[in-house]
Amino acid sequence: MQSEALHGGFSDAPVDASFAFRAAMTAMARPGMICDISGAEPPSPLSVAAGTLILTLCDPDAALALSGPLDVQPVREWVTFHTGAPLVPPAEADIAVGRWQDLHPIDRLRIGTPEYPDRSATLIVEMDALIETGAVLRGPGIRETARLSLPDAAAMAGNALLYPLGVDFFLTSGARVAALPRSTQISEG
Amino acid sequence: MTDQAYNFAYLDEQTKRMIRRAILKGLAVPGYQVPFASREMPMPYGWGTGGVQVSAATLTPDDTLKVIDQGADDTTNAVSIRKFFERTAGVATTDETDKASVIQTRHRIPEMPLREDQILVYQVPIPEPLRFLEPRETETRKMHSLEEYGLMHVKLYEDVSQHGQIATSYAYPVRVSGRYVMDPSPIPKFDNPKLEMDAIQLFGAGREQRIYAVPPWTQVVSLDFEDYPFEASKADHACDLCGAGDSYLDEVITDDSGNRMFVCSDTDYCRSRRDDGHTGRLAGDAT
Repeated sequence: MQSEALHGGFSDAPVDASFAFRAAMTAMARPGMICDISGAEPPSPLSVAAGTLILTLCDPDAALALSGPLDVQPVREWVTFHTGAPLVPPAEADIAVGRWQDLHPIDRLRIGTPEYPDRSATLIVEMDALIETGAVLRGPGIRETARLSLPDAAAMAGNALLYPLGVDFFLTSGARVAALPRSTQISEG
Repeated sequence: MTDQAYNFAYLDEQTKRMIRRAILKGLAVPGYQVPFASREMPMPYGWGTGGVQVSAATLTPDDTLKVIDQGADDTTNAVSIRKFFERTAGVATTDETDKASVIQTRHRIPEMPLREDQILVYQVPIPEPLRFLEPRETETRKMHSLEEYGLMHVKLYEDVSQHGQIATSYAYPVRVSGRYVMDPSPIPKFDNPKLEMDAIQLFGAGREQRIYAVPPWTQVVSLDFEDYPFEASKADHACDLCGAGDSYLDEVITDDSGNRMFVCSDTDYCRSRRDDGHTGRLAGDAT
Protein backbone atom coordinates (compact mmCIF):
# COMPACT_ATOMS: atom_id res chain seq x y z
CA MET A 1 0.00 0.00 0.00
CA GLN A 2 1.20 3.48 -0.90
CA SER A 3 1.59 5.76 2.09
CA GLU A 4 -0.56 8.46 0.38
CA ALA A 5 -3.57 6.31 1.15
CA LEU A 6 -2.99 6.88 4.85
CA HIS A 7 -3.48 10.65 4.59
CA GLY A 8 -6.47 12.83 3.84
CA GLY A 9 -8.97 11.32 6.28
CA PHE A 10 -10.94 13.28 8.87
CA SER A 11 -8.64 14.91 11.40
CA ASP A 12 -11.30 14.66 14.14
CA ALA A 13 -13.68 11.97 12.85
CA PRO A 14 -16.74 12.47 15.12
CA VAL A 15 -16.75 16.25 14.67
CA ASP A 16 -15.82 16.37 10.97
CA ALA A 17 -18.39 13.66 10.20
CA SER A 18 -21.10 15.51 12.14
CA PHE A 19 -20.61 18.71 10.14
CA ALA A 20 -20.37 16.77 6.88
CA PHE A 21 -23.56 14.85 7.62
CA ARG A 22 -25.41 18.05 8.47
CA ALA A 23 -24.47 19.45 5.06
CA ALA A 24 -25.53 16.21 3.36
CA MET A 25 -28.80 16.08 5.29
CA THR A 26 -29.59 19.72 4.57
CA ALA A 27 -28.95 19.09 0.87
CA MET A 28 -31.15 15.96 0.83
CA ALA A 29 -33.95 17.70 2.77
CA ARG A 30 -33.85 20.75 0.47
CA PRO A 31 -33.35 19.53 -3.11
CA GLY A 32 -31.54 22.06 -5.25
CA MET A 33 -29.86 23.85 -2.35
CA ILE A 34 -26.07 23.89 -2.67
CA CYS A 35 -24.18 23.34 0.60
CA ASP A 36 -20.51 23.50 1.53
CA ILE A 37 -19.02 20.21 2.64
CA SER A 38 -15.41 19.45 3.48
CA GLY A 39 -13.11 17.63 5.87
CA ALA A 40 -11.54 14.96 3.68
CA GLU A 41 -8.60 15.37 1.30
CA PRO A 42 -9.10 12.46 -1.06
CA PRO A 43 -6.68 11.44 -3.83
CA SER A 44 -7.30 12.81 -7.31
CA PRO A 45 -9.62 12.60 -9.20
CA LEU A 46 -12.05 12.35 -6.28
CA SER A 47 -13.44 15.77 -5.25
CA VAL A 48 -13.32 17.02 -1.66
CA ALA A 49 -17.13 16.82 -1.47
CA ALA A 50 -17.33 13.27 -2.82
CA GLY A 51 -14.47 12.11 -0.60
CA THR A 52 -16.10 13.68 2.45
CA LEU A 53 -19.45 12.03 1.64
CA ILE A 54 -17.70 8.65 1.30
CA LEU A 55 -16.05 9.02 4.70
CA THR A 56 -19.36 10.14 6.22
CA LEU A 57 -21.57 7.37 4.81
CA CYS A 58 -19.44 4.34 3.86
CA ASP A 59 -18.24 1.62 6.23
CA PRO A 60 -18.09 -2.19 6.26
CA ASP A 61 -21.92 -2.22 6.17
CA ALA A 62 -22.24 0.14 3.20
CA ALA A 63 -20.66 -1.10 -0.02
CA LEU A 64 -19.20 1.35 -2.51
CA ALA A 65 -18.94 1.20 -6.30
CA LEU A 66 -16.20 3.27 -7.94
CA SER A 67 -16.91 4.08 -11.59
CA GLY A 68 -14.74 4.92 -14.57
CA PRO A 69 -11.54 6.91 -13.89
CA LEU A 70 -12.27 6.80 -10.15
CA ASP A 71 -11.73 3.06 -10.08
CA VAL A 72 -7.97 3.35 -9.75
CA GLN A 73 -5.55 1.98 -7.19
CA PRO A 74 -4.93 5.18 -5.15
CA VAL A 75 -8.68 5.79 -4.70
CA ARG A 76 -9.37 2.13 -3.89
CA GLU A 77 -6.63 2.08 -1.28
CA TRP A 78 -7.73 5.39 0.24
CA VAL A 79 -11.36 4.28 0.55
CA THR A 80 -10.42 0.89 1.95
CA PHE A 81 -8.03 2.31 4.54
CA HIS A 82 -10.34 5.05 5.78
CA THR A 83 -13.76 3.36 5.62
CA GLY A 84 -13.32 -0.42 5.27
CA ALA A 85 -16.20 -0.36 2.78
CA PRO A 86 -16.38 -3.34 0.40
CA LEU A 87 -15.72 -2.29 -3.21
CA VAL A 88 -18.42 -3.86 -5.37
CA PRO A 89 -19.94 -3.66 -8.87
CA PRO A 90 -22.71 -1.04 -9.32
CA ALA A 91 -25.53 -3.61 -9.11
CA GLU A 92 -24.56 -4.48 -5.54
CA ALA A 93 -23.66 -1.00 -4.33
CA ASP A 94 -25.25 0.97 -1.52
CA ILE A 95 -23.33 4.00 -2.69
CA ALA A 96 -21.93 4.55 -6.18
CA VAL A 97 -19.60 7.37 -7.10
CA GLY A 98 -18.49 8.62 -10.50
CA ARG A 99 -19.10 11.06 -13.29
CA TRP A 100 -22.50 10.79 -14.96
CA GLN A 101 -21.19 9.12 -18.14
CA ASP A 102 -19.51 6.43 -16.02
CA LEU A 103 -22.55 5.80 -13.79
CA HIS A 104 -24.99 5.68 -16.71
CA PRO A 105 -27.12 3.61 -17.31
CA ILE A 106 -28.47 4.01 -13.79
CA ASP A 107 -30.91 1.12 -14.14
CA ARG A 108 -28.01 -1.13 -13.13
CA LEU A 109 -28.38 0.19 -9.61
CA ARG A 110 -30.68 -1.04 -6.88
CA ILE A 111 -33.98 0.87 -6.61
CA GLY A 112 -35.34 -0.87 -3.50
CA THR A 113 -38.41 -3.09 -3.31
CA PRO A 114 -42.06 -2.06 -2.89
CA GLU A 115 -41.94 -3.16 0.75
CA TYR A 116 -38.44 -1.78 1.42
CA PRO A 117 -37.90 1.26 -0.83
CA ASP A 118 -34.97 2.26 1.40
CA ARG A 119 -32.90 -0.65 0.08
CA SER A 120 -31.78 1.43 -2.85
CA ALA A 121 -28.50 2.92 -3.98
CA THR A 122 -27.34 6.48 -3.36
CA LEU A 123 -25.34 7.98 -6.22
CA ILE A 124 -22.61 10.56 -5.82
CA VAL A 125 -22.32 12.25 -9.20
CA GLU A 126 -19.13 14.24 -9.77
CA MET A 127 -19.83 17.43 -11.72
CA ASP A 128 -17.64 20.12 -13.29
CA ALA A 129 -19.77 22.79 -11.65
CA LEU A 130 -22.95 23.14 -9.60
CA ILE A 131 -25.17 26.09 -10.42
CA GLU A 132 -28.69 27.05 -9.43
CA THR A 133 -29.99 27.27 -12.98
CA GLY A 134 -31.37 24.72 -15.39
CA ALA A 135 -33.99 22.10 -14.66
CA VAL A 136 -36.97 23.15 -12.55
CA LEU A 137 -37.48 21.10 -9.37
CA ARG A 138 -40.71 20.69 -7.39
CA GLY A 139 -41.64 18.47 -4.48
CA PRO A 140 -40.97 17.79 -0.82
CA GLY A 141 -38.31 20.10 0.63
CA ILE A 142 -38.88 22.81 -1.99
CA ARG A 143 -40.99 25.87 -1.13
CA GLU A 144 -42.28 26.43 -4.65
CA THR A 145 -39.63 25.68 -7.21
CA ALA A 146 -35.86 25.35 -7.24
CA ARG A 147 -33.41 25.19 -10.12
CA LEU A 148 -30.31 23.07 -10.44
CA SER A 149 -27.88 22.16 -13.20
CA LEU A 150 -28.43 18.42 -13.75
CA PRO A 151 -26.21 16.11 -15.80
CA ASP A 152 -29.19 14.34 -17.41
CA ALA A 153 -32.62 15.75 -16.52
CA ALA A 154 -34.49 13.15 -18.61
CA ALA A 155 -32.92 10.13 -16.89
CA MET A 156 -33.38 11.72 -13.46
CA ALA A 157 -37.04 12.52 -14.22
CA GLY A 158 -37.43 8.88 -15.22
CA ASN A 159 -36.04 7.87 -11.85
CA ALA A 160 -38.62 10.07 -10.13
CA LEU A 161 -41.40 8.22 -11.98
CA LEU A 162 -40.44 5.05 -10.09
CA TYR A 163 -41.40 6.72 -6.78
CA PRO A 164 -41.43 5.47 -4.04
CA LEU A 165 -38.73 3.29 -5.57
CA GLY A 166 -35.65 4.73 -7.23
CA VAL A 167 -32.15 5.93 -6.45
CA ASP A 168 -31.17 9.17 -4.73
CA PHE A 169 -28.49 11.53 -5.99
CA PHE A 170 -25.84 13.68 -4.43
CA LEU A 171 -24.22 16.04 -6.94
CA THR A 172 -20.72 17.13 -6.00
CA SER A 173 -18.25 19.66 -7.33
CA GLY A 174 -15.16 20.80 -5.47
CA ALA A 175 -16.21 21.29 -1.86
CA ARG A 176 -19.92 21.74 -2.62
CA VAL A 177 -22.83 19.34 -2.62
CA ALA A 178 -26.47 19.38 -3.72
CA ALA A 179 -28.96 16.54 -3.70
CA LEU A 180 -31.82 15.21 -5.74
CA PRO A 181 -33.94 12.60 -3.94
CA ARG A 182 -36.34 10.40 -5.89
CA SER A 183 -39.27 12.46 -4.53
CA THR A 184 -38.33 15.53 -6.62
CA GLN A 185 -40.34 16.21 -9.78
CA ILE A 186 -38.14 17.51 -12.61
CA SER A 187 -39.19 19.57 -15.62
CA GLU A 188 -37.01 21.18 -18.26
CA GLY A 189 -36.08 24.79 -17.52
CA MET B 1 -18.30 19.95 30.53
CA THR B 2 -17.98 17.07 28.11
CA ASP B 3 -17.47 13.68 29.63
CA GLN B 4 -14.30 12.56 27.86
CA ALA B 5 -15.05 8.90 28.48
CA TYR B 6 -17.57 8.98 25.64
CA ASN B 7 -17.33 9.53 21.91
CA PHE B 8 -18.90 12.81 20.78
CA ALA B 9 -22.70 12.48 21.30
CA TYR B 10 -22.33 9.08 22.99
CA LEU B 11 -22.82 6.75 20.00
CA ASP B 12 -19.85 5.21 18.18
CA GLU B 13 -19.18 6.40 14.64
CA GLN B 14 -20.34 3.24 12.87
CA THR B 15 -23.71 3.43 14.63
CA LYS B 16 -24.05 7.09 13.69
CA ARG B 17 -23.28 6.30 10.05
CA MET B 18 -25.99 3.61 10.05
CA ILE B 19 -28.50 6.06 11.54
CA ARG B 20 -27.40 8.81 9.14
CA ARG B 21 -27.94 6.56 6.13
CA ALA B 22 -31.43 5.77 7.45
CA ILE B 23 -32.20 9.49 7.93
CA LEU B 24 -31.16 10.26 4.34
CA LYS B 25 -33.41 7.50 2.96
CA GLY B 26 -36.21 8.72 5.22
CA LEU B 27 -35.90 12.24 3.79
CA ALA B 28 -35.85 10.85 0.24
CA VAL B 29 -39.11 8.92 0.82
CA PRO B 30 -41.12 11.20 3.15
CA GLY B 31 -43.32 9.33 5.61
CA TYR B 32 -41.83 5.89 4.90
CA GLN B 33 -40.52 4.14 8.03
CA VAL B 34 -36.90 3.12 7.49
CA PRO B 35 -35.81 0.15 9.65
CA PHE B 36 -32.60 0.76 11.61
CA ALA B 37 -30.55 -1.21 14.13
CA SER B 38 -31.59 0.67 17.25
CA ARG B 39 -29.02 0.52 20.04
CA GLU B 40 -29.35 -0.05 23.73
CA MET B 41 -29.26 3.41 25.28
CA PRO B 42 -28.54 4.35 28.90
CA MET B 43 -32.25 5.01 29.49
CA PRO B 44 -35.31 2.78 29.27
CA TYR B 45 -37.41 2.29 26.15
CA GLY B 46 -40.26 4.76 26.24
CA TRP B 47 -37.99 7.54 27.44
CA GLY B 48 -37.09 8.71 23.97
CA THR B 49 -34.33 6.33 22.93
CA GLY B 50 -35.30 6.73 19.26
CA GLY B 51 -35.25 10.50 19.43
CA VAL B 52 -31.98 10.43 21.36
CA GLN B 53 -30.30 8.28 18.71
CA VAL B 54 -31.53 10.53 15.89
CA SER B 55 -30.39 13.62 17.81
CA ALA B 56 -26.99 12.03 18.49
CA ALA B 57 -26.50 11.37 14.78
CA THR B 58 -27.65 14.91 13.88
CA LEU B 59 -25.90 17.10 16.46
CA THR B 60 -22.73 19.04 15.70
CA PRO B 61 -20.61 20.76 18.38
CA ASP B 62 -22.01 24.13 17.19
CA ASP B 63 -25.63 23.23 17.93
CA THR B 64 -27.87 24.59 20.65
CA LEU B 65 -30.23 21.90 21.90
CA LYS B 66 -33.69 22.29 23.37
CA VAL B 67 -35.60 19.31 24.75
CA ILE B 68 -39.31 19.40 25.54
CA ASP B 69 -41.71 16.87 27.00
CA GLN B 70 -45.39 17.68 26.33
CA GLY B 71 -44.24 21.24 25.63
CA ALA B 72 -42.37 21.65 28.92
CA ASP B 73 -38.60 22.11 29.30
CA ASP B 74 -38.55 21.25 33.01
CA THR B 75 -40.03 17.73 33.20
CA THR B 76 -37.93 14.70 34.16
CA ASN B 77 -37.64 13.30 30.65
CA ALA B 78 -36.63 16.62 29.10
CA VAL B 79 -34.17 17.49 31.85
CA SER B 80 -32.41 14.13 31.74
CA ILE B 81 -32.07 14.08 27.94
CA ARG B 82 -30.75 17.64 27.99
CA LYS B 83 -28.19 16.70 30.65
CA PHE B 84 -27.26 13.58 28.68
CA PHE B 85 -26.22 15.65 25.66
CA GLU B 86 -24.58 18.34 27.79
CA ARG B 87 -22.34 15.62 29.18
CA THR B 88 -21.72 13.46 26.13
CA ALA B 89 -21.73 16.06 23.33
CA GLY B 90 -20.83 19.25 25.17
CA VAL B 91 -23.46 21.17 23.20
CA ALA B 92 -25.08 24.35 24.43
CA THR B 93 -28.65 23.97 25.65
CA THR B 94 -31.52 26.39 25.91
CA ASP B 95 -35.18 26.63 26.92
CA GLU B 96 -35.90 29.24 24.27
CA THR B 97 -37.40 27.95 21.05
CA ASP B 98 -35.91 30.67 18.85
CA LYS B 99 -32.36 30.13 20.16
CA ALA B 100 -32.36 26.36 19.53
CA SER B 101 -30.95 24.78 16.37
CA VAL B 102 -32.03 21.22 17.24
CA ILE B 103 -35.21 20.60 19.26
CA GLN B 104 -36.00 17.13 20.54
CA THR B 105 -39.65 16.79 21.44
CA ARG B 106 -41.99 14.36 23.09
CA HIS B 107 -45.59 14.79 21.95
CA ARG B 108 -45.72 18.51 21.04
CA ILE B 109 -44.70 20.93 18.32
CA PRO B 110 -43.61 24.32 19.75
CA GLU B 111 -46.18 27.11 19.35
CA MET B 112 -43.66 29.48 17.75
CA PRO B 113 -43.24 28.68 14.02
CA LEU B 114 -39.85 27.02 13.42
CA ARG B 115 -37.30 28.44 11.01
CA GLU B 116 -35.43 26.94 8.07
CA ASP B 117 -32.24 26.53 10.10
CA GLN B 118 -33.92 24.46 12.83
CA ILE B 119 -34.42 20.70 13.12
CA LEU B 120 -37.26 19.08 15.07
CA VAL B 121 -36.63 15.52 16.34
CA TYR B 122 -39.66 13.57 17.58
CA GLN B 123 -39.67 10.73 20.08
CA VAL B 124 -42.03 8.10 18.70
CA PRO B 125 -43.50 5.18 20.71
CA ILE B 126 -45.43 3.30 17.97
CA PRO B 127 -44.38 4.47 14.49
CA GLU B 128 -46.81 2.26 12.57
CA PRO B 129 -50.17 4.06 12.16
CA LEU B 130 -51.84 0.79 11.13
CA ARG B 131 -50.49 -1.25 14.05
CA PHE B 132 -53.63 -1.13 16.22
CA LEU B 133 -55.70 -2.14 13.21
CA GLU B 134 -53.37 -4.88 11.94
CA PRO B 135 -50.85 -6.32 14.40
CA ARG B 136 -48.74 -8.22 11.81
CA GLU B 137 -45.70 -6.31 10.52
CA THR B 138 -45.69 -8.42 7.32
CA GLU B 139 -49.24 -7.24 6.60
CA THR B 140 -48.82 -3.56 7.43
CA ARG B 141 -45.68 -3.46 5.28
CA LYS B 142 -47.68 -4.91 2.38
CA MET B 143 -50.48 -2.40 3.00
CA HIS B 144 -48.01 0.50 2.76
CA SER B 145 -46.47 -0.91 -0.41
CA LEU B 146 -49.92 -1.25 -2.02
CA GLU B 147 -51.17 2.10 -0.65
CA GLU B 148 -53.98 0.10 0.95
CA TYR B 149 -55.18 2.57 3.56
CA GLY B 150 -58.92 1.82 3.51
CA LEU B 151 -58.71 0.30 6.97
CA MET B 152 -57.63 3.62 8.44
CA HIS B 153 -60.67 5.36 7.00
CA VAL B 154 -62.87 2.57 8.39
CA LYS B 155 -61.41 3.29 11.81
CA LEU B 156 -62.16 7.01 11.49
CA TYR B 157 -65.65 6.14 10.21
CA GLU B 158 -66.25 3.96 13.27
CA ASP B 159 -65.32 7.00 15.38
CA VAL B 160 -68.02 8.98 13.58
CA SER B 161 -70.63 6.23 13.94
CA GLN B 162 -69.94 5.73 17.66
CA HIS B 163 -69.22 9.27 18.81
CA GLY B 164 -70.79 11.47 16.14
CA GLN B 165 -67.36 12.91 15.31
CA ILE B 166 -63.81 11.79 14.68
CA ALA B 167 -62.82 11.12 18.29
CA THR B 168 -59.11 10.54 17.61
CA SER B 169 -57.50 13.46 19.37
CA TYR B 170 -53.78 12.66 19.30
CA ALA B 171 -51.46 10.63 17.04
CA TYR B 172 -53.93 11.65 14.34
CA PRO B 173 -52.95 9.91 11.07
CA VAL B 174 -51.65 12.00 8.19
CA ARG B 175 -50.82 11.34 4.55
CA VAL B 176 -47.42 12.64 3.54
CA SER B 177 -46.80 14.00 0.06
CA GLY B 178 -49.82 12.06 -1.26
CA ARG B 179 -48.23 8.67 -0.63
CA TYR B 180 -47.46 7.25 2.82
CA VAL B 181 -49.86 7.33 5.76
CA MET B 182 -47.77 8.30 8.79
CA ASP B 183 -48.17 8.49 12.55
CA PRO B 184 -47.06 12.00 13.53
CA SER B 185 -46.20 10.60 17.02
CA PRO B 186 -48.72 11.30 19.82
CA ILE B 187 -48.89 15.05 19.25
CA PRO B 188 -52.37 16.52 19.82
CA LYS B 189 -54.27 16.93 16.58
CA PHE B 190 -54.11 20.66 17.32
CA ASP B 191 -50.49 20.42 16.16
CA ASN B 192 -51.19 18.58 12.89
CA PRO B 193 -51.47 21.72 10.70
CA LYS B 194 -47.98 22.73 11.90
CA LEU B 195 -46.47 19.59 10.32
CA GLU B 196 -46.13 21.60 7.09
CA MET B 197 -43.26 23.76 8.32
CA ASP B 198 -39.98 25.40 7.29
CA ALA B 199 -37.81 23.13 9.48
CA ILE B 200 -36.63 19.56 8.89
CA GLN B 201 -38.64 17.01 10.92
CA LEU B 202 -37.07 13.68 11.93
CA PHE B 203 -38.87 10.90 13.80
CA GLY B 204 -37.11 8.19 15.82
CA ALA B 205 -38.70 5.10 17.37
CA GLY B 206 -36.09 3.23 19.45
CA ARG B 207 -37.93 0.14 20.65
CA GLU B 208 -39.68 -0.30 17.27
CA GLN B 209 -36.45 0.45 15.37
CA ARG B 210 -37.81 2.87 12.81
CA ILE B 211 -36.73 6.29 11.53
CA TYR B 212 -38.83 8.50 9.28
CA ALA B 213 -38.79 12.08 8.14
CA VAL B 214 -40.73 14.97 6.68
CA PRO B 215 -38.67 17.50 4.68
CA PRO B 216 -39.60 21.20 4.85
CA TRP B 217 -42.66 22.37 2.89
CA THR B 218 -43.90 18.84 2.34
CA GLN B 219 -47.63 18.33 1.92
CA VAL B 220 -49.03 16.72 5.09
CA VAL B 221 -52.78 16.07 5.03
CA SER B 222 -54.74 14.91 8.09
CA LEU B 223 -57.12 12.12 7.02
CA ASP B 224 -60.81 13.04 7.16
CA PHE B 225 -64.13 12.90 5.31
CA GLU B 226 -65.82 15.56 3.16
CA ASP B 227 -68.74 15.78 5.58
CA TYR B 228 -66.57 15.35 8.69
CA PRO B 229 -63.56 17.55 7.94
CA PHE B 230 -60.46 17.50 10.11
CA GLU B 231 -60.58 19.99 12.95
CA ALA B 232 -57.53 21.07 14.99
CA SER B 233 -59.21 21.27 18.37
CA LYS B 234 -58.09 22.59 21.76
CA ALA B 235 -59.68 23.40 25.11
CA ASP B 236 -62.07 26.32 24.64
CA HIS B 237 -60.29 28.66 27.04
CA ALA B 238 -57.47 31.17 27.14
CA CYS B 239 -54.31 30.49 29.13
CA ASP B 240 -54.85 31.50 32.76
CA LEU B 241 -51.26 32.69 33.11
CA CYS B 242 -50.46 34.52 29.86
CA GLY B 243 -53.90 34.96 28.33
CA ALA B 244 -52.98 33.33 25.01
CA GLY B 245 -56.07 32.23 23.10
CA ASP B 246 -54.18 30.43 20.34
CA SER B 247 -52.00 27.94 22.23
CA TYR B 248 -52.59 24.32 23.23
CA LEU B 249 -53.63 24.12 26.89
CA ASP B 250 -53.10 21.74 29.80
CA GLU B 251 -55.89 21.48 32.36
CA VAL B 252 -54.60 21.60 35.95
CA ILE B 253 -56.77 20.70 38.96
CA THR B 254 -55.90 23.25 41.63
CA ASP B 255 -57.78 22.09 44.76
CA ASP B 256 -60.19 19.49 46.15
CA SER B 257 -63.33 21.48 45.37
CA GLY B 258 -63.09 21.11 41.60
CA ASN B 259 -61.36 24.35 40.72
CA ARG B 260 -59.09 24.17 37.74
CA MET B 261 -56.93 26.29 35.54
CA PHE B 262 -55.81 26.09 31.93
CA VAL B 263 -52.19 26.84 31.11
CA CYS B 264 -50.11 26.75 27.93
CA SER B 265 -48.55 23.34 27.40
CA ASP B 266 -45.60 25.11 25.73
CA THR B 267 -43.83 26.56 28.79
CA ASP B 268 -41.38 28.70 26.81
CA TYR B 269 -44.22 30.28 24.81
CA CYS B 270 -46.12 31.04 28.01
CA ARG B 271 -43.07 32.48 29.78
CA SER B 272 -42.07 34.70 26.85
CA ARG B 273 -45.63 36.07 26.63
CA ARG B 274 -45.67 36.85 30.37
CA ASP B 275 -42.25 38.52 30.03
CA ASP B 276 -43.82 40.69 27.32
CA GLY B 277 -46.48 41.80 29.79
CA HIS B 278 -49.41 39.59 28.78
CA THR B 279 -51.49 38.34 31.69
CA GLY B 280 -54.25 35.80 32.06
CA ARG B 281 -57.13 35.29 34.49
CA LEU B 282 -55.02 33.91 37.35
CA ALA B 283 -51.69 35.57 36.55
CA GLY B 284 -51.45 37.37 39.89
CA ASP B 285 -52.32 34.30 41.99
CA ALA B 286 -50.26 31.63 40.32
CA THR B 287 -46.86 33.26 39.92
